[in-house]
Amino acid sequence: MQPVIAQYIRPEVVAYAVFFFVLLLTLGGALIAVIPKSIIHNVFGLATSLVGVAGLFIYLGSEFLAMMEILIYVGAICIAIVFAIMLSQPMHLQIPPRLRPKVFFSFVVSLVVFISFTVMVVRTPWEQAVRTSNDWGVKRLGTLLLTRYELLFELISLVLLMSIIGAVITAATASSEKAPGSRDGEEDGV
Amino acid sequence: MSDGILVDLRVIWEALVRFFGLEALVLVIGLVVILAWVQVNALFLVWLERKVAGHIQLRIGPKEVGPFGVLQTIVDGIKLLGKELITPQPVSWLLFILSPIMVFTPVLVAFVVLPFGPHLIIRDINVGLMLIFAFGGINVLSILMGGWASNNKYALLGAIRSVAQNVAYEIPLLLSAMSVVVMSGTLSMQGIVEAQEGVWFIFYQPVAGLLYLIGATAETNRAPFDIPEAESELVAGFHTEYSGMRFGLFFLAEYTNMFIVAAVATTLFFGGWRGPFLPGPWWFLIKVYILIFGVMWVRWTFPRLRFDQLMNFAWKYMIPIALLNLLVTALVMKLVR
Repeated sequence: MQPVIAQYIRPEVVAYAVFFFVLLLTLGGALIAVIPKSIIHNVFGLATSLVGVAGLFIYLGSEFLAMMEILIYVGAICIAIVFAIMLSQPMHLQIPPRLRPKVFFSFVVSLVVFISFTVMVVRTPWEQAVRTSNDWGVKRLGTLLLTRYELLFELISLVLLMSIIGAVITAATASSEKAPGSRDGEEDGV
Repeated sequence: MSDGILVDLRVIWEALVRFFGLEALVLVIGLVVILAWVQVNALFLVWLERKVAGHIQLRIGPKEVGPFGVLQTIVDGIKLLGKELITPQPVSWLLFILSPIMVFTPVLVAFVVLPFGPHLIIRDINVGLMLIFAFGGINVLSILMGGWASNNKYALLGAIRSVAQNVAYEIPLLLSAMSVVVMSGTLSMQGIVEAQEGVWFIFYQPVAGLLYLIGATAETNRAPFDIPEAESELVAGFHTEYSGMRFGLFFLAEYTNMFIVAAVATTLFFGGWRGPFLPGPWWFLIKVYILIFGVMWVRWTFPRLRFDQLMNFAWKYMIPIALLNLLVTALVMKLVR
């Protein structure tokens, strides 16, 4: 049974309003991630944009992907911010001006990426998400990942494995160069 | 007489349901109750913390305002409300103001999926557990925001320590929660409680339970994991520059976070609202407050850890144990089924 209020404020209108709000978050966040000069503001803009992307996933009916988006991307952005703090100037110092050729070059690169993505999006015959499946829950995603898209799954784990090995090698060589025969941290001061 | 009032109330309720729809009404009422509950819970917990600390240190704690000093926190709260909101000159003002507001988002969101009773839940989303953990990340983000925007070295150091610690302890926290999810086969909070009919998961998963409690203590920045706000080193950590009710919001969020991690622990390991004789919500609250009391007990008994000890403990011991536990759980579940 439809509640009476649905006659005055139609549900579709609310859904559209939410959709455009999410879109605003995504695009506005992306702009903040690019335009301000302070790198900290950029990273917070990126986080806002990713929250918007999570909202788009909810709109597409996959709450699980939305939660993962927030958990992994927004959560991991924190670490990016720590790096950004290390890269940023103290607040009382002047931020150095941007170099014209650098701005131009990045504009060209992002334009090329944008055009290629747009061409791909326009040319692909998209099917509506509702028509392909109603269920994008954990079980279905897990099944798809381990059956139809198993090669991708294996590739992702391979990439992760390589990055872990890379991190271990970097850490091992860096610490042996700095202090040969350095003690383990936990034994200090005992 | 009273019967007449009840009939009137029912008529009003039915009219409201017809006008707004049941779901929207439950959501609005739920949010109002949450906002009230957050305040009352914090008032009670601050009083409890002072009493527990007092008795552990052979003092009495607050006793002047009201019976056993229960009204002390209300008086303190009014004092905080009356204080000036100082915004230091060189701060990044937008982030400075946003941070205490944002620290409250994950807190409010988590309450939406907490199962207080068999029917007492605002909305039982099928990824409820992920929702709580996902928005927990925003908590860290806003702490970092406040710490950086304060333009103060103590605040920044506190914030960075907080991130390092939270990143390290979130992994065993998630892994131990995943062992429970593997056992119950669902991410919905209500589903996890229903899977514990008969035996609580703490008896099947003692290791995961212990890891969760340690990780949760670290996530809420409480001693022995309170290096982000270590008073003797960092003044007050990330909220050094905050005054008045902005500081009050951080404080409220901290105590409400304690409630939430205890509530999640209750749901995952201690059978949620299950229990004999009393109705569900009572059992839920009793279990939660017993867990919170345990966390307070730990805080006033153990000294603060050093930073490297803290990191080593998380990365070298807790994460491998949690991974192993998850692996064994998955294997056993596969063999049993």
